[in-house]
Amino acid sequence: MDNHQILDEDEILFRPIYQTGKGFYVLAAALLTVFMFGVVMYIRQLIFGLGVTGMNEPVTWGFYIISFVFFIGISHAGTLISAILRLSKAEWRRPITRMAEVITGIVLLIGGLHPIIDLGRPDRILNIFERGRLQSPLLWDLTSITAYFTASTIYLYLPLIPDIALLRDRGGRFNKLYTILSWGYEGTERQKHVLERAINILMIMVIPIAISVHTVISWIFSMTLQPGWHSTIFGPYFVVGAIFSGIAALIIVMIAFRKTFHFDDYLKKIHFNYLGTLLLVMSLLWFYFTFAEYLTTFYGHEPPEMRVFLYKFTGGYSPFFWLMVFCNFIVPVVFLSNKKLKTIPGILVASIAVVIGMWLERLIIVVPSLANPRLPFPTGIYIPSLTEISLLAAAIAAFILGFMVFSKLFPLISIWEIKVGREESVRIVSERLNEYLPSKGHIRKQIV
Amino acid sequence: MPKYGMVIDLNKCTQCEACITACKLENNVQIVSKENAALGRAMFWMKLLDSNFEGAYPDIRPTKIPMLCLQCDEPPCTKVCPVRATYKRDDGIVAQIYPQCIGCRYCMANCPYSAKTFNWLKDEQQIENEKCYNTDVSVRPKGVVEKCTFCIHRLQAAREKAKSEHRKLQESDYIPACAEVCAAHAIYFGDLDDPHSQVFKLINDYRKFTLQEELGTKPKVYYLSAKAE
Repeated sequence: MDNHQILDEDEILFRPIYQTGKGFYVLAAALLTVFMFGVVMYIRQLIFGLGVTGMNEPVTWGFYIISFVFFIGISHAGTLISAILRLSKAEWRRPITRMAEVITGIVLLIGGLHPIIDLGRPDRILNIFERGRLQSPLLWDLTSITAYFTASTIYLYLPLIPDIALLRDRGGRFNKLYTILSWGYEGTERQKHVLERAINILMIMVIPIAISVHTVISWIFSMTLQPGWHSTIFGPYFVVGAIFSGIAALIIVMIAFRKTFHFDDYLKKIHFNYLGTLLLVMSLLWFYFTFAEYLTTFYGHEPPEMRVFLYKFTGGYSPFFWLMVFCNFIVPVVFLSNKKLKTIPGILVASIAVVIGMWLERLIIVVPSLANPRLPFPTGIYIPSLTEISLLAAAIAAFILGFMVFSKLFPLISIWEIKVGREESVRIVSERLNEYLPSKGHIRKQIV
Repeated sequence: MPKYGMVIDLNKCTQCEACITACKLENNVQIVSKENAALGRAMFWMKLLDSNFEGAYPDIRPTKIPMLCLQCDEPPCTKVCPVRATYKRDDGIVAQIYPQCIGCRYCMANCPYSAKTFNWLKDEQQIENEKCYNTDVSVRPKGVVEKCTFCIHRLQAAREKAKSEHRKLQESDYIPACAEVCAAHAIYFGDLDDPHSQVFKLINDYRKFTLQEELGTKPKVYYLSAKAE
C-alpha cells in the first residue's frame, strides 16, 4: 500500500514521518557535532577528574547540578498539560499532550544523567544500590525520578498506541516496529475502553509522583544546614518553578514544530493564548514565592543568611539575580498581560525569557550559598570551564535531537485524539453543559 | 568505649603551622599544583581559620584558629551520604571509607565547618614526596572526599601493639600527628570520657568554647581562649 495514495484528513500530521527535508539533515549533523564534542569533554573529565570543571572549594557544586535541577524541572510540562488538563477535561489539550509527554521523557533522561556526570567516581554508581542509605535525600531523589520516568514513559506510550496502529495500517517503513508496538490494537470497543481506563489510572498516578520528584530534588538543598538553602519553602517553590519552566519549554517546542511542519490548523492562536495565560499565572506565583522567601530572610537578618542575601542582591551575583527577576517576572508580565503584545511572537519571547530565567534561578540557588560558607573563610569564586559549558550545550543538543528522532517515528500531535475530538467533543461538552445549567424554566402563569 | 576528643589552647598556639604540615605528611595528603591551588583546590585536612583581627593597620595581628574536622557527635555529613562512605564510629571518630565514596560531594555541602576536602584531580607529586609516603595510610584516588580522621591508622597500630603486648591501650599510646608535633603543646588529645585524662579536665575550663555550638553538631574539638585584659 503506497502511503501517498491514502489521504487522511489529518494527512499533514503524518507528513513529518514520511518526508524529510534537507534542513533536517543539516540540523541533525550540527547538533550531533555539538553532542559528540560534549561526549569527548566528558571522557576527558573521566580521565583527568573533576578538576577540569570550574568547581572548587567551597563551590563544590556547579553547572552539572544546576542543569540537573533545570532539566528535571522542565519535565513538569508533561504532567501539567497532559495529566491535569486531561483530568479537568479541558478539550483544548488535544493537540498539545503528545509534545508535552515527549518533553518529559527526553528531559528526564537528560536530567537524570547529570548527577552521574557530576560524580567524582561514576564507576562506583552501583554502590548506591548495594550500600545505599535511604536516609539520604539523594536516595529519595533516585527513587522518585525512577518512578516518574517509568510512569511518564508508560503515560507517553499508552496514548501513542492508537496512533501507532494508524501508522501500522498505512504500511510503509518501520512497519515491523509499529506492529510490535501497537500491541494488536484494532480500535474495538473493548480495547478503547481498556485503553481509556489505563490512561485514566496513570493520569491520576502521575500527578503526585511528579510533585514528589521536584519536591525531593529541592530537599537535596533544603535538608542541608547551608544558609540560603535551609528553608521550608523549597518544596513548593521548586514545584512551582518546574511547572513554570515546563510550560515555557512546551510553548517553545510547540511554536518550533508549528512553524517547521505547518501545524497552524491544529496549534491555533487560542492554544497559545491559554498557555500564555497559564505562563503569566505561574510567573506571578513564582514571584510571590521568591518575594516571600527573600523578605523573610531579610527581615530575620541572621548574619550567615544575610551574607548570602547580599551576595545575591548587591554583591558578585547581583547581575545574574536581577537578570533572573527580569526574565522570570518583568518580561512575562509585560508580554502576557498586554493584549497587543500577547501575539505568538510575543508569547515566544516571554517563554524564551522564562527558560533562561529559570536556569539562572537554579544558578542563583546553587552557587551563592556554597560560595559563602558559615565560617569566615574567603568567599568562593566559580567560573564554569569549557567542559561544563560544552556539556550544557550537548544536553540542549540532545534534547532537540531526541525530538527530531521522535518526529521521524511517531506523530507529534495525537492524531486519534484529534479525531475523537472532532467527532465526539461537541456532543460530550454539550451534554456536560446541560448538567451544569438549570433546567428549562417553567413559564409562570401570572395570577390575575 | 573511649570517646576521642581534642582540646586546642588558643592562648598557647603560635600559629606556626607545624600541625598543618605534620598532618599533610602523616596522611599522604596531595600537594596540589600552584595553578589548581589558585583555583581553590588546595587540599588541607587542617587549616588556619582567620577568626579575628586585632590592632590597626599596619600593626594588624590576626588570630587564627587551627581548624580540622571537629569530629561531631551529631555529624551533618554522615546524615546525607548516600552510600555510607562517611560514618561515625563507636569511639566517636567520624571515619571515611575511601573505596566506597562515589564523589557526590553532598557531605561537603552539608558540613557547616567546611572541614572536608575533595580530590579534584591528581597532580604530579614530587618523587621525594612519594618516597616518604606513610605506608599506614592509603593514597586516595581522584574523585573521592577525604578529611581528618584523628590519625585513625595510629589508633589501629596502637591497638594491635597493645594486644600483642597483652595489655590495655593507654592514653600515651595513641596521639594524632598534629598533637604530637605541636611545639607549644597547645593541642591536647585523649578520651573525653576518661576522668583522668587531660582533655576531660580541660573541657571544664572556663575558657572553653566550641565553634557554631548553636547548630547542635556537638563537635568534639574544643578551643580554649581567654582575652588578655
